[in-house]
Amino acid sequence: MFEGWDAVVLARAQFAFTMSFHIVFPAFSIGLASYLAVLEALWLWTGREVFLNLFNYWLKIFAIAFGMGVVSGIVMSYQFGTNWSAFSDKAGPVIGPLMAYEVLTAFFLEAGFLGVMLFGLERVGHRLHFFATLMVATGTLISAFWILSANSWMQTPAGYAINAEGQFVAADWFKVIFNPSFPYRLVHMVLAAYLTTAFLVGAVGAFHLLRDSHLAGPRVMFSMAMWMATLVAPIQIIAGDQHGLNTLQHQPVKVMAMEGHFTSHPDGAPLILFGWPDQAAGKMKYAIEIPKASSLILKHSLDAPLNGLDTVPREDWPPVPVIFWTFRIMVGIGFLMLGIGLLSLYARWRGTLYQWRWLHLFALAMGPAGFVAVLAGWFTTEVGRQPFTVYGLLRTPDSASPLAAPAVGSSLLAFVIVYFIVYAAGLTYLFRLMALSPHHGEQGPPRDQPARAAGITPAAGVATEGSAG
Amino acid sequence: MTASIDIATVWAFIIAFAVFVYVVMDGFDLGLGLLFPLFPNRADRDVIMNSVAPVWDGNETWLVLGGGGMMAAFPLAYAVLMPALYTPMVAMLIGLIFRGVAFEFRWRTTRSERNRWDIAFAGGSLLATLAQGIALGAILQGVHVEGRHYAGGWWDWLTPFSVLTGLALVVGYALLGVTWLVMKTEGALRDRAYHLSWSLLFAMLGAIGAVSIATPFLHVQYAQRWFTWPNVILTAPVPIAVAAVTVLLLRSLAAKQDYRPFFLTLLLFALSYAGLGISMWPYIVPQSITIWQAASPENSQVFMLFGVAVLVPLILGYTAWAYWVFRGKVTPGSGYH
Repeated sequence: MFEGWDAVVLARAQFAFTMSFHIVFPAFSIGLASYLAVLEALWLWTGREVFLNLFNYWLKIFAIAFGMGVVSGIVMSYQFGTNWSAFSDKAGPVIGPLMAYEVLTAFFLEAGFLGVMLFGLERVGHRLHFFATLMVATGTLISAFWILSANSWMQTPAGYAINAEGQFVAADWFKVIFNPSFPYRLVHMVLAAYLTTAFLVGAVGAFHLLRDSHLAGPRVMFSMAMWMATLVAPIQIIAGDQHGLNTLQHQPVKVMAMEGHFTSHPDGAPLILFGWPDQAAGKMKYAIEIPKASSLILKHSLDAPLNGLDTVPREDWPPVPVIFWTFRIMVGIGFLMLGIGLLSLYARWRGTLYQWRWLHLFALAMGPAGFVAVLAGWFTTEVGRQPFTVYGLLRTPDSASPLAAPAVGSSLLAFVIVYFIVYAAGLTYLFRLMALSPHHGEQGPPRDQPARAAGITPAAGVATEGSAG
Repeated sequence: MTASIDIATVWAFIIAFAVFVYVVMDGFDLGLGLLFPLFPNRADRDVIMNSVAPVWDGNETWLVLGGGGMMAAFPLAYAVLMPALYTPMVAMLIGLIFRGVAFEFRWRTTRSERNRWDIAFAGGSLLATLAQGIALGAILQGVHVEGRHYAGGWWDWLTPFSVLTGLALVVGYALLGVTWLVMKTEGALRDRAYHLSWSLLFAMLGAIGAVSIATPFLHVQYAQRWFTWPNVILTAPVPIAVAAVTVLLLRSLAAKQDYRPFFLTLLLFALSYAGLGISMWPYIVPQSITIWQAASPENSQVFMLFGVAVLVPLILGYTAWAYWVFRGKVTPGSGYH
């Protein structure tokens, strides 16, 4: 099986597949962890039961999503070695420490406090439990910091040298970590995670409001989510624009692909809204365009010249159609998010936020929007890095493991089968939980009690031993 | 370059430490999965799951540190070993996926479906354990390296020796799991765990013996390391200590103690692990790449050393706290809390 296939293409397919399934869970858990921290803070501050109910409701969903993120993340951390060993050897001295810091500062923090967050409310008291929730939420953000730093370094490498063995080595760690695209990517991704969670929370709220507009929990959820849409969607559009300008500066070829500019425009480039990019012919077919608008957006001048892919050697072209289309999907969703944010503001002013069925239906339809936008955006930026793994320096075929196609193909097939089984089940359970409305006296994750506080308390010395295991 | 030699050595011990912490923490955790078929009672299974539910995620994080740390500190070794161990690694990851999601999924289902996730938990644990043991054997027997690349085939890892180490690890993790149950449970469940721990202990001793006898035959260097004068002075204490710990373990099982069997089993693991280290040193890919050849540039290793020095004690601290919060025996069926 897979004889005659290209092992590098299969390895890329495997990375894209496992990464796509992985990324949605961190994106969700970054946002949800912060949301849970906010809910618990509101509960401790106001003492209103509705916040505790919502906290326990979303905690159960968090437990499943987090577990799926962990197991799919372990796959990612080993895939660098299995399928991309040449990359690991060459870029390991730079990328490796960033990922090691992610494990040390984030993964352990999340994992260490997750157990207490999920099952420990009765055991440690409210304050310490809130502290655990905060640590988990902080962990998810620190994790985003390091992994996006590593990712950004692959996009816009800085602060490096190359040693005698052909490895990248750090010349300046500060420049490595805070490489040119990192601050923009970090802001854009964290906001995306917050919006992703907000839209899912909003959709669940809307779903229950459609059935009964008097439910307290869904009202709070829906209102909070719509505030996020109103406030964060515009900020995200600005952040995305800034990120795009940064990309134009450091990875102009990626922007050419995003814009679909096969040809150069010395006196003002059009904004191509839609079209059919023909990579082989090197031109855009059936383009619907606004004259000079691209120059206006990217250069803030109608007549500013913009280079096209015709100035770039063919072997350095990324796959244009993927980048062109995923970029439009992401941007389109961004503006839909802005739209629903404004509509909700109008509904608040009219006093019909909880009764306007069309708004609820719109919000319900937008439930998965954040996930789609995150995936589309990642495809834009990662496919836009091709044909390099370290942009401009290390080509993708030179990064792969010395493996034959059957090995890579079989493992890809295995992951596809396993992920479809596991994710189908996981999504079923998540939908089942979300289909229930948060109610009075909502409980956290069910355990027939994980361990017992009262009763046999082991002697102090022995118990200290126990904690070391 | 004396400074970099020292740092490479320090890092070799750090990676070894991370892998060892992983082995002992996820060891009992995977061991519980291996034992699942022996505890068909639903209530027992719930207790077994609950005894690790709050900590399993932290346990597996050490595996990520082992892999990530190796890529950072010894990128060449990571780049050679991962393709060499391709199939066992993929199998391990798939096993870990099934058992990892089972922790949450089994509580979300109807009764018949819960059975399915119990099978996923047991099967995933078995697959991951076998794969880890086989990978260990495959590393010990050495891999074919040319230049900076793995140059062997994708089935090279499969030999009678690697199958032996795979089975040995299954027995070892099962023993860790069963002594964990002795410590964390009560009543009939604990009695059954005691009963099982006897046969598993003898199986474990047999496995340690078999691997110890087979290893010197892999490479003449291993035999020289263990059996030539004056190395024997340094190596002989290991088997002697194994014998001493075994006696203590048998006595604590006979006395039906709660905590000691688990910690003495950990000690057995530590000694076996030290034995592995003695065989391998100073190679990270046996007989082809030493830790100094594989080491990443000094500034990468120094940069991470700061983090490790500050953060690992902190991590051990709050991990210990999490175990402390969930200390004591786990009891069945007291309802939601």
